[in-house]
Amino acid sequence: MEKQRQVPVEFANVSLSYGATRVLHDVSVTIEPGEFFALLGPSGSGKSTLLRLLAGFLQPDTGTIRVAGADITRVSPWDRDIGMVFQNYALWPHMTVAQNVAFGLVERKLPRAEIETRVAAALELVGLKEFGARRPGQLSGGQQQRVALARTIAIEPKVLLLDEPLSNLDAKLRVHMRTELFELQRKLGITTIFVTHDQEEALSISDRVAVLDGGVIQQVGSPMELYDNPANRFIANFVGTINLLRGTLERDGERGVFRSPVLGEVPLGRTAAPAGSAEIAVRPHTLKLVAPDAPDEPGRSWVAGTVAEREFLGEFVRYTLRVGNAELVADQPHFIGERGFAPGVAVKVGVNPAQVKIL
Amino acid sequence: MSTRITWPQVAIAAAIGLFLFAFLVVPVLTVIYVAFVDGTGGFTLSHFVSFFHISLMRESFWNSLYVATLSVVFATIIAVPLAYFTARFQFRGALLIQTLGILPLIMPPFVGAIAMQLIFGRSGSVNLLLNDWFGFTLPIMDGLNGVIFVEAIHYFPFILMNLVVALNNIDSSMEESALNLGASGMRLFRRIVFPLAMPGYIAGAALVFIKVFDDLGTPLVLNVTNMLAPQAYLRITSVGIEDPIGYVIGVFMIVFSLVALWASALVLKGREYATMQRGYSGLAKRRLTPWQGVFAYGWIVLVLALVLAPHLGILMLSLAKVWSFSVLPEGFTLQHYATVFQDSPRMIWNTLLYCGIAAGIDVVLGTAIAYLILRTRVPARLSLDFIATAALAIPGVVLAIGYLRTFRGMELPFTDDLLTSSWLLLVVAYSIRRLPYALRSCLAALQQMHVSLEEAAENLGARKSRAIVRVVVPLMAGGILAGFVTSFMTAAVELSATLMLVTAQHDAPMSYGIYLYMQSAAGRGPGAALGVLAVAIVAIGTYLSHRLIERREAEKQSQPLARIEV
Repeated sequence: MEKQRQVPVEFANVSLSYGATRVLHDVSVTIEPGEFFALLGPSGSGKSTLLRLLAGFLQPDTGTIRVAGADITRVSPWDRDIGMVFQNYALWPHMTVAQNVAFGLVERKLPRAEIETRVAAALELVGLKEFGARRPGQLSGGQQQRVALARTIAIEPKVLLLDEPLSNLDAKLRVHMRTELFELQRKLGITTIFVTHDQEEALSISDRVAVLDGGVIQQVGSPMELYDNPANRFIANFVGTINLLRGTLERDGERGVFRSPVLGEVPLGRTAAPAGSAEIAVRPHTLKLVAPDAPDEPGRSWVAGTVAEREFLGEFVRYTLRVGNAELVADQPHFIGERGFAPGVAVKVGVNPAQVKIL
Repeated sequence: MSTRITWPQVAIAAAIGLFLFAFLVVPVLTVIYVAFVDGTGGFTLSHFVSFFHISLMRESFWNSLYVATLSVVFATIIAVPLAYFTARFQFRGALLIQTLGILPLIMPPFVGAIAMQLIFGRSGSVNLLLNDWFGFTLPIMDGLNGVIFVEAIHYFPFILMNLVVALNNIDSSMEESALNLGASGMRLFRRIVFPLAMPGYIAGAALVFIKVFDDLGTPLVLNVTNMLAPQAYLRITSVGIEDPIGYVIGVFMIVFSLVALWASALVLKGREYATMQRGYSGLAKRRLTPWQGVFAYGWIVLVLALVLAPHLGILMLSLAKVWSFSVLPEGFTLQHYATVFQDSPRMIWNTLLYCGIAAGIDVVLGTAIAYLILRTRVPARLSLDFIATAALAIPGVVLAIGYLRTFRGMELPFTDDLLTSSWLLLVVAYSIRRLPYALRSCLAALQQMHVSLEEAAENLGARKSRAIVRVVVPLMAGGILAGFVTSFMTAAVELSATLMLVTAQHDAPMSYGIYLYMQSAAGRGPGAALGVLAVAIVAIGTYLSHRLIERREAEKQSQPLARIEV
């Protein structure tokens, strides 16, 4: 299969309600040509609805959807040329694998010989060359998904949509398919939008991610941007694990000082944030735990706490700490031979000001 | 599903609505209207008053209620132990019981009624033997007893099947949690199992009540005329289409049907929780103790003997030279079959033709209505479902009276023939009456199919109509075929509307022929032969369609992923 012409997708002020229930509210986002773009959000956030709007199974109340610059808002699903891989794969059990893959080509009334070539090429691309004569029911979950993928890319759509593509696979296969999807997308170069509720999935393979909640786009950015600069509490909480702390920000020239009952005084370095009440976010792995009698390492602010719980996760140990009357989560890397801190033990927590994000 | 309402959707919905309106709503309303107006068109209750002034009508009224109620009672007595055995115990009779379930569908009571008289009647086999051995006889087939007896052993499977389904749908965890909380034995049955299975029982019982109340053929064949359905038929055919008493009877029949359906709907309401949960495993099945085994098998053998009696009886009758005042026929012959093939190949053909067309109409309408309900937002789509299903409550006699009145004098387009004397009206009556069954079947088939299967087709470039033809209908094929077969089978042996709407013998289907033969003693043999043929056609049809559905399912393999709830 050839590299395809890459097109942009644009949602402009798209809103949709079911009666009084607001599903999407004034969503505007542009997906760049050839981009691998993730729609991330909890269930009910409107991410699948956005995908279905693009596929044409729903129509927005207001707003415009453009593909390659053309308004397709009112175009019928069958005239859109936007390929969608369904969450449950939606393979037709009454057709063979080859008939499934050929479906879209038959609908396009292509000559038989070309259909055969393209079906073979699509099946080969997903590594199922030998499976054309089988029925979907005779395939494993992973194979079924490949068939669904082959069926969609056989029509060489302008845009590829993947609805929760990995949710029906077991954990091992999921990681494997994730890489395969990524490689396939790079190979075809097709603008791809995929929906997921799994932040790890979204962060690991996409160029950019839009995070949705309550029918509103909360933030759009590269995975690293989302992780490092969460725009609000929701993003901070949803992407990765994080400690959120309320307090007040005081300014000392260009520098800021965060004061809270839990952490006491933490000098933050340069910041543009205004003084006043503020909330900061600290990732668990940036915190450092030491014994209470250890000397203070320079460059960190130190505060005393107690280990409330610990979870051994292999690469690291996740501690839940009681600091004052608040809880902090701290991840410490684990090495062979280390025992770590037992629950009930007093510790000192070191905060690195450079890793503190003011929301 | 798309939120847009398109013109084709509206046009199809309107066409179906028009069909149902013309051939179901208007005729039924006409019957009700005529029952309540006087000669000048004003409202009156005088027809009802005169109904109750005629002693025969009062008697018929109570007789119909009595027969329907007692039929339910006896059907219950037969069915409940059988249902309990299948659902609760591991034993081999289960398959046998399942088979019993389809018997009433393939042979309606009126066909076997004469045979039952020869076996259980005053001078039938059983009583002859009883008299010889013990010197007494049982009045099993006398008058109303005969109707009750025949109806109960024909229709008990409706209770049996509904009850078995209800029992099987009870999650074993429901029973186990009751056991866990300390309930066991009869208490467990009374407080958990029975209440959860109740909706199934009521649904079956209501169906039996309606069937018996509506049945015209059985009382007529057994020469019992003092019941409502036969009276309606006799009034209209002898006094004439103007006689208001026939319409009053029609109103009563509709009311009793509605009350029975309403009662079962009322009990079913809010009982969703009885159905199985995820990972369900049905009620725990126990082994039979020896004594339970003796009782269970004894009961099954007894029921089986009764249930098979009309079938064997009709077979013997069709082969008997003479069978009168004797335990078994005196001598066998194939002469009756020869007679039937000589006299009435036309009837066999008519049955195939009428029921084929009617069942075809039913699955087309059923598929279309199912699609409109589940996959579109066309306004009033639920009313289509409601009206089509309401046909269940309309007795065949009433529908036929409504047709005769509504369409009297109307001519078929492009001919001089009257619509009321055309076989087309019979086909329409069949299709309207069997539509609820076909519709349920189509609805279930479409419900099982995830909407993404259809969306995927559209996504790949198939327009709506193409997606329906290439994906939706093929995937519904099993359900559509099942609906076709059910409609066809039940229409093939329907008599109520047939008796009233057949005007010329060369237009008559087999069911009419059976009835006609059975009217004379000399015709019993050929009548029985025709009955056996009808049953054979229906049975072969059922068997073939089962095979076909099984093969398709095997081909598809079960496709677990496509059915995941999203």
